[in-house]
Amino acid sequence: MHEWALAEAVISTVSQIAEKEGLKEVAEVEIKVGELQQIELDVLEFALSQLKTLKFKNAKFNIQTVKAELKCRVCGYKWLFKKEKMNEEIAEAIHFVPEIAHTYIKCPKCGSPDFEILQGRGIWLESIKGVK
Amino acid sequence: MTDPRISIIEERLKGISNIIAVSSGKGGVGKSLIASLLAVILARKGYKVGLFDLDFTSPSTHVILGVEGLQPKEEKGIIPPQVHGLKFMSIVYYSGDYASPLRGADISNALIELLAITRWNTLDFLIIDMPPGISDATLDIIRLIKRINFLIVTTPSQLAFETVRKLINLLSELKIPIVGVIENMKMKESRFIQQQVEGKGVTFWGEIPFDTMLEEAIGNVNKLLTTEFGKKLEELVTKNLK
Repeated sequence: MHEWALAEAVISTVSQIAEKEGLKEVAEVEIKVGELQQIELDVLEFALSQLKTLKFKNAKFNIQTVKAELKCRVCGYKWLFKKEKMNEEIAEAIHFVPEIAHTYIKCPKCGSPDFEILQGRGIWLESIKGVK
Repeated sequence: MTDPRISIIEERLKGISNIIAVSSGKGGVGKSLIASLLAVILARKGYKVGLFDLDFTSPSTHVILGVEGLQPKEEKGIIPPQVHGLKFMSIVYYSGDYASPLRGADISNALIELLAITRWNTLDFLIIDMPPGISDATLDIIRLIKRINFLIVTTPSQLAFETVRKLINLLSELKIPIVGVIENMKMKESRFIQQQVEGKGVTFWGEIPFDTMLEEAIGNVNKLLTTEFGKKLEELVTKNLK
């Protein structure tokens, strides 16, 4: 599972930050997940629960999804990514490498592949709370 | 806001003994051919080898190796398929025959994603086919892979070497190891490139003559290895990479 690799990245990063900030225990991690990557939240949650180390024993992972908003660099049109409009193979390619969106998605207004992902690309950490 | 992918990259690469980026200041000097065949030659010498095509907008190593119809396995990340005895990773598994028009920030993001999720496990060598120049991919590789080494490819042309000279200067300033420079497509006797390279304190691996039969062998690894290009590269690898 690709989600497993991302969960490992989350645990590793939070551990490093906790170490740096002198946290004895991690209490709460706020994770944002962009819709473009179509991460399966239950798989991500399961992987996080399995990868927890002692420092995370009481940690709560709050995962929020963020809509993927795209903006055409040529005509300025903004639109939202909709997985339902994709065929399965393309959706899966974007799941692994979200930038592949530029290969298959075009601006609905002018047809350009030169668009910006304004928000909702992949996974990132919003905040970490813990006990010192 | 923190990108969690960066911190896992070292972990993903920790089982790899040597990481070599095949690079040049200019396109069209033979980087992809050298990277692909270097990987095959090392694999045939019995080493565990991976090849990673990092030229996301213009990947070509899959064409050189004749790779078709393969997909990585998904297992707690991505496991690159075996091709000609080496692990092969390329964005073409996802982009297929379509163009991937990516800007610099997208290239960085795709690179971070693939470095964070690809499981190479243990390798003696990871060979990276770089896009030309000293732009995003080169800067990212230097930033993200602390143990990176560069193998630089040039041609006898002063236009190619002018850009290679700058690449050597940049890497030297940053104290990034350069394993050597190959002079490809040699057409007439001249020691100019060798003198320039050695004058900068960098190892000159040697030269590969311009091979008119090379194009016909593309896509067929066994045939590529028997070309003058393939034989000469094998000689240079045996001599220089110990």
